[in-house]
Amino acid sequence: MAMDKDLLMLMLRRMWLIRHFETTVIDIYSKGEFGGAAHPYIGEEAVAVGACTAMKDTDYIAGNHRSHGHPLAKGGDPKRAMAELLGRVDGYCKGKGGSMHLADFSVGILGESGILGSSVPVATGAALAAKIKGENFISAVFFGDGASNQGACHESMNLASVWKLPIIFICENNQYAVTTSYRDTVSVEHVSDRASAYNMPGVLVDGQDVVAMHEAVSVAIERARAGEGPSLVEGLTYRYEEHSLGLGRVRRGEYRSEDEIAEWRKRDPILIHEKRLVEQGIASQDECDALSADVAREVEEALEFARNSPFPEPEALFEDMFANPIPQP
Amino acid sequence: MAEKIFINAINEALVEEMRRDESVFIMGEDIKRSVYGATMGLLDEFGEKRVLDTPLSENAFFGAAVGAAAVGMRPVVETLTSFMWVAMDQLVSQAAKMRYMFGGQVNLPVVYRATMYYGGGSAAHHSDRSYPMFMNMPGLKIVAPSSPADMKGLMKTAIRDDDVVIMFEDGTLFGSRGEVPDNEDLPNGELLIPFGQANTLREGTDATIVAIAGSVPHAVAAADELAAEGVSVEVIDPRTLVPLDKASILASVEKTGRLVIADPAHKVCSAASEIASIVAEEGFWSLQAPIVKVASEQVHIPYSPALEKLVYPTKEKILAAVRSTLA
Repeated sequence: MAMDKDLLMLMLRRMWLIRHFETTVIDIYSKGEFGGAAHPYIGEEAVAVGACTAMKDTDYIAGNHRSHGHPLAKGGDPKRAMAELLGRVDGYCKGKGGSMHLADFSVGILGESGILGSSVPVATGAALAAKIKGENFISAVFFGDGASNQGACHESMNLASVWKLPIIFICENNQYAVTTSYRDTVSVEHVSDRASAYNMPGVLVDGQDVVAMHEAVSVAIERARAGEGPSLVEGLTYRYEEHSLGLGRVRRGEYRSEDEIAEWRKRDPILIHEKRLVEQGIASQDECDALSADVAREVEEALEFARNSPFPEPEALFEDMFANPIPQP
Repeated sequence: MAEKIFINAINEALVEEMRRDESVFIMGEDIKRSVYGATMGLLDEFGEKRVLDTPLSENAFFGAAVGAAAVGMRPVVETLTSFMWVAMDQLVSQAAKMRYMFGGQVNLPVVYRATMYYGGGSAAHHSDRSYPMFMNMPGLKIVAPSSPADMKGLMKTAIRDDDVVIMFEDGTLFGSRGEVPDNEDLPNGELLIPFGQANTLREGTDATIVAIAGSVPHAVAAADELAAEGVSVEVIDPRTLVPLDKASILASVEKTGRLVIADPAHKVCSAASEIASIVAEEGFWSLQAPIVKVASEQVHIPYSPALEKLVYPTKEKILAAVRSTLA
């Protein structure tokens, strides 16, 4: 697939945006600037960015607990994302969702779910709406290797296949559910092998290669828009950080080695993409570095914006429960 | 005004709303052939796109309703209360929480029609009256109609509401009859009943019975029997449990000083418990006798008719309860 420079540089920009965003999140979390859980997406950027840059603005995605990257990959505003993390009124959810619900509905996000596998039926419903309305948008959902074992995931794949819904099931296989290897919990060699049970295409993709992800998801989207039904795309990737900030450093030696992490860091999605851009003469390393520095400034501004945004007033506690509000009991 | 059967009132509401608004569609198990009776004729009139038979995958289609609603549809899901357990994650984690959790960015106009089949030998797995568990979960509107007219008017309101509504349809009432106003006799040409307005079925001065869903006919029968004895009993049907018209209940207790609550749900943390708690907190000085709950016994529903009939509120239990408040 021939890609123009604008698209390739957009991919780099969004991967750097997620990387700098997450690095900043880890830094301010460690200084106690916000609490709760937060699940860094570092190392997995190519999955979300490759997939989302294959979509139109009118397409929908749903995410999971590790979803800072998904709204940013789809064009969400990092200022409002950061404000949400800090629990401020200018956050996507006015401070009511936080890290695991970092959803910007204005760019076609259907939410992120802290309960794993739980957003898969929701995304399936958006695809059902496309079919009933006779409109051309598609829906995609990101879930992990762990969530791939949830009944909701299996039920949704079967339903989507039976009804030929325009949805892409994107498994971001980062290989561990907290500390448990997918090799110990998944009944097949690859999650994408399960697609055959649901009579849909299943492809295994190098999840560190943003272009490969983009191409695989593009094929699936084309099929979905043509009314041919769902696909399962598995991006094999790797989580550099531990499962969640706030859990402390899980003794990683017990479930994965430093050597393994070092090996995967050599296959960093940003490194791979920059190397390709430079080697193919599409961009110089200086251009890539300048882009990274530019995005780093954008994230600094986002943090500044978030810090200046007020906390919600007490009245906000009772707002947003219902579209047609009812009295508190 | 015509007399109609309860289940046909459900059907009328669905047909009227599907004709009125193309974004309304219905899905569930075996609804095309209307196995349970409420979806008769829908497939013929509205076609395969808007009347969908689902796989036995409650998690998938309960959640798909949420996703479809999030992008502009108005799904109606047909199910039985007992199958809601299978879909609890979608009902709680998505349907109930989504709007608030995302700061009001999305409206979710979904109606879950959950039929409560009990009292007919269906045993423990098919006899659930589970509305109190959902009353405990913020973010859901809970409706429990007791007459064909209320069923129709509240169903139409539910489908037009921009929030998640669970209609608890009482299976013991499905064959019951009642007057339903004809559209041409109504000021706006259609029957719409607002949420949060209780219905007073009998006015009285000596005691109040608040009755829910299938307990309402028993409460009315008890009140009529007591009236013949010269005891004046007020019967109130809240109709919607969330929101709850507590003002009407408190005003009635202020008048009568005595309260019996008849509720087909299990008695612990029931709708009756919540109403008793509200009256104890906000109407205590009106009371002249302890509040009495007549709710289902705290046991599972046994199969044998000899045992099952002992579980639920009956006219006799309600009569005894009212008399105890007057003693």
